[in-house]
Order: sequence, then structure tokens, then C-alpha cells
Amino acid sequence: MRLTAVLIMGTIALFVTSLLIGPAAVGPGESITALVSGDGGALTLVMREIRLPRALLALMIGASLGLAGAAMQGYLRNPLAEPGLIGVSGSAALGAVLAIQTGLAASFVLGLPLAALISAMAGVALLLLLAGPHGSSLTLILAGIAISALAAALTSLVLNLSPNPFAANEIVFWMMGSLADRSMTHVWLALPFMLVGLLCLAGLGRGLDALTLGEDAAAAMGIRLMQIRYLLIFGTAAVVGAGTAVAGAIGFVGLVVPHILRPLVGARPSLLLWASALGGAIMLLAADIAVRVILPSQDLKLGVLTALLGAPLFLHLIVKTRRELA
Amino acid sequence: MHGLQSLLLVSVLVFVACVALARPFPNEEEPVRESPQRVVSMNVCTDQLVMMLADSDQLLSVSHLAHDPRVSAMVREAENYRINRGLAEEIYLMAPDLVVAGRYSTQATVSMLERLGIPVVVFEPANRLADVPKRIRQLGKVLGRESRAADVIKAYKRDLATLRAKPRQRPRAALYYANGYTSGDKSLAGEIVDAAGFINIAAEKGYGAGSMKLMPLEVLALSNPSIIITGQKYPGSSRAEDILDHPVVNTLRRGRGAGSVTDRDWLCGTPHVLQAVRELNQVHFRHRGVHP
Repeated sequence: MRLTAVLIMGTIALFVTSLLIGPAAVGPGESITALVSGDGGALTLVMREIRLPRALLALMIGASLGLAGAAMQGYLRNPLAEPGLIGVSGSAALGAVLAIQTGLAASFVLGLPLAALISAMAGVALLLLLAGPHGSSLTLILAGIAISALAAALTSLVLNLSPNPFAANEIVFWMMGSLADRSMTHVWLALPFMLVGLLCLAGLGRGLDALTLGEDAAAAMGIRLMQIRYLLIFGTAAVVGAGTAVAGAIGFVGLVVPHILRPLVGARPSLLLWASALGGAIMLLAADIAVRVILPSQDLKLGVLTALLGAPLFLHLIVKTRRELA
Repeated sequence: MHGLQSLLLVSVLVFVACVALARPFPNEEEPVRESPQRVVSMNVCTDQLVMMLADSDQLLSVSHLAHDPRVSAMVREAENYRINRGLAEEIYLMAPDLVVAGRYSTQATVSMLERLGIPVVVFEPANRLADVPKRIRQLGKVLGRESRAADVIKAYKRDLATLRAKPRQRPRAALYYANGYTSGDKSLAGEIVDAAGFINIAAEKGYGAGSMKLMPLEVLALSNPSIIITGQKYPGSSRAEDILDHPVVNTLRRGRGAGSVTDRDWLCGTPHVLQAVRELNQVHFRHRGVHP
């Protein structure tokens, strides 16, 4: 309970901080007044159409990535499973890029998130097929590398084939992710898919708890494994797909957050799901504040910061896994 | 031991020979005595200047961008020439006696052509309206077409003086391109805006010199310009251009003046920049109509 309170307080504090940071130097009181009162002035426009969507997206996408990471790790019983590392985000980015370049995103309102969702679903399904239901670390990582590499190559190919002179430069955005200059349109585009995905993943708690005893024991407790599997595939694809469609692929959030929080919730997957959602929101809000403080004049990509935090932890996890296997 | 020594000697000789061969061919200090007759241009800006100045059979090839109506104002003229994609091999095979390149043409291609003994003249981009006559004069000299260059310069200066607006009030205008870039006042685009009778807000906000300065959307919104002039869109889509349809930019467009950059007139320091000034003058007229 104490942990939940701390996480919620942290999320709220960072959300408000995120609203107050920007290149236009405006006092905090003035900013909040403009956001709430809405006098139609330029500052209200800045607060409502630039800063609010940015903070909301960091909150939503961070929570999604944290939750998806915790769910995948619970299902595969493998701390290395993470949407960014194992190619789900990459697949979603490919779907989004295809939707944008074929004009689907422009002709049909939900075209962009739907394409990212379907592509992400194909990525998760392929991963579970390749890695098998038990998901040994080696096959999981190998399958993940293969899917990531393929999705990244195809994304680059599509962007290079585009007649648009700016498209090829956007490979970095799709691989690293950024929340710069998003608008409320993007929030409304991602929100429905994220809510559906969050509901799917949130319902997995009891099943994941049972799975810690092994699949046979879980089945004996009346857990329908196939149902869990489908909910996981769809839920992960929905939250990661929607997030990636509007902000690019942001890695390592789903790896770092559950790893830090696991000991604090007594390693219970059902508790870890909620804690990781809040923790993910905190991590992404903090990262998005940091990119604006470190390099205010440039669009430093979010993935740069999350990878700087996540990659050392990833190495540590691999060393630990090796020691356990030995 | 003997074998090893001779092997060493051979390698040293081969190395020396390679270094000798790799040195650029001596350029014989040959000033362009006669005017060049097989000119190849590999930059979209020099393409247009050469087409304006060159004798009808002097020019052999222009870059492929000269055929793109979005960046070239002389597509019809360009159809009379072969195109090149700026590759050393294809240009060498055209056997040119002069290659005209821009500062941002591929450096590897330029130095390769120079090593092959082909005279290359590299032109700096025009960063000011006053650079346009300088480039024309420079190119006229290189092509041996000084009198034609003088005529073009005269017409350019006369037209610019006529077009240069001297309005009583100068509305504040913002230039805004893909990825949130703007141009300061000491740049070609900034001077076009100034010539058409606007104040460029980028200068107010301290983005002074330079044609490509990142201006965050927040700064644009709070600067509250009367006119917003947005960058040209290209086919296909990109996230970079999404910013031109961001709700903030759309709000700034609504009920105020709006213009659009046409890259073919804005990009290169050629007399076509006058067309850009002419179109912005229209925006200025309309703005005064709306707010007398």
C-alpha cells in the first residue's frame, strides 16, 4: 500500500513538472492558470495543445510499456522479455510506417493505430511461436533479435523508398522514439487502443500468479492457458502498437521498471502489473523531462535515455541468468 | 631470409608506386583560355544559373533535380539537356571540359573529378539577396559569357528595386518549415521576407543569421505572428511535415495571413527569388485588405 501511494505521488509530481517545462519560459502559476482557465490566448494554446498532450502521452505510453513488460515477463517467467527488446515495438513501428507511407493513415482516422496494432500482433505471435510457450532465455532473445532486425530493416526500406525527402531521416524517430510536437489528436488516437489493451493485460493477474507454480499446477487450478496467451498477445500488441504509432519505439522501459519493482511487491506478478504501470509512467515522464532539460534546443530521442539506463541493467540480467543456468 | 628481403623490397616499391599514382594529376596551370564548350552542372542551383547564362550549345548536362518542378523553376528549359545524378563515373564519361558544382555537392565526386583532370568550379550557396549578382558574375566569367551575365544582373537589380516593398507598416511574419525550422533575417529566405515588407519574427526571437534554425512550436505560438509562411510539402508523408498541420499552426493560420514557401523560388540564389518576393507581396496586399 505504501508503495502504491509513493508511486502515485511520484507520477502526479512528474506529470505536473512535465507540464511546466518547455522552451517558452513562463512561470508555473501562469502556466497552470492558462491551462485551466482557457482564455483562448497564446499561452492557453501552448499549454493545451503542446504541453498537455506531451505529458499525457508520456504517462500513457510509460504505463503501457511498464505493464506490457511485467505481463510478458510473468507469462514467459523470464526477466528478459520486454516489448522493445524482443521486437514488438519494432513490428509496431513497421506497421505505423507502412500506414503513413501508403496513405492509409491519412485516409482513415484509425488507420495508423490499427496498422501498428496488427503488425505488433504479428510480431508477438511470431515471437511466441519461435520461442515456444516456455520461452527459454536463449530462444526468446534469439527470436527477438531476428524479429527486431527484420522489422528495423523493413522500416528503413519503406522510409528510403518514400518519395518524401524527409522520410529517410525519420528512421531515427521510429527506432528511438520522441514525444516532441505531438498534439491532442495523437492522444485521442492512442487512448482507445491503450484502454482496451490495459483491460486485457490487467485481467491476467490471477493467471500469472498461478503460472508461477508451473503450467500443470496452473491448469489444475482452473487457469485456461490458451486464454491467457491470447489476452497477452492482444493486450501487448494494443498498448505497444498504439504507443509506438504516435511516439516511435521506446525501448527498455518494460525491462527496467519490473526489475526494480519486483522485490518490492514480493515478486507477485499480479501486484507487479499495477506497480509496473505506475513505474513505467514515472520512468517515461522523467526521461521526457530529462531530454528537455539536457538539450532544450534539440529533439533528443527518448530511446537514447532509456537505453542508457536499460542497457547496463540488461547486461546485468544476462550475467545473472548465466550464473543461474551454470 | 633472402626471399623475405626481396618481398619487402617489392612491397616498398609497390607502395611508392601507388602513392605516386594516387597523387592528383598536375593541373598544368591552365587558365580557361577559351570558353568551355562541354559544361556539366551537378547542383540544382548552378543548373539554373548555367541555363540562364550559357550559350545554347555550351551546356551538356544538368542534375536530375533540375527536372523536378518542386525544386527547379526551369523544368522546361532543363528538358533540352541530358541529366546526371552527380556520380563521378557518368560525369567523366560525358567528357566535360568544365564541371560546375555547389558547395554541398558530394565532396567525394568533386575531388574524384579533379583527380581525373577535369576542371571543377565549386559555387558557394547564396545566403543573401546581394549574393545573387555575385554568383551570376562569377559564373559568367567562368563560362566566358560576361556580357550576358551583366544583362541578367542589371535586370535582377532593377526588378528587385521595383518589387522591394516600402510599406508604412510592416506586419510580423513567421517562417516555419518541416521539423520546426525557421530562417533568421540574415539568410536568403529571411531577406525575401524583408523585401516583401514583413518583419521576420525569427530575428526578434534571436535566431539571427542562418537559414536553418530550430524554433520550438511553443516559441512560435507565443510570438503571435500576423502572417505565417509555412514550408512546402512533398509527396508521400513524413512526420517532419506533420508539424505544419499541428493544431497550433492551424490556429495561427486561421483568420490571419498565410503564405507558403515554394522551394523552386526560395531555395536557390537565382533571379527566381524575385518570384518569391512577388508572391509574398500579394500576401502583404491581402493582409492589408483584411486589416486596414
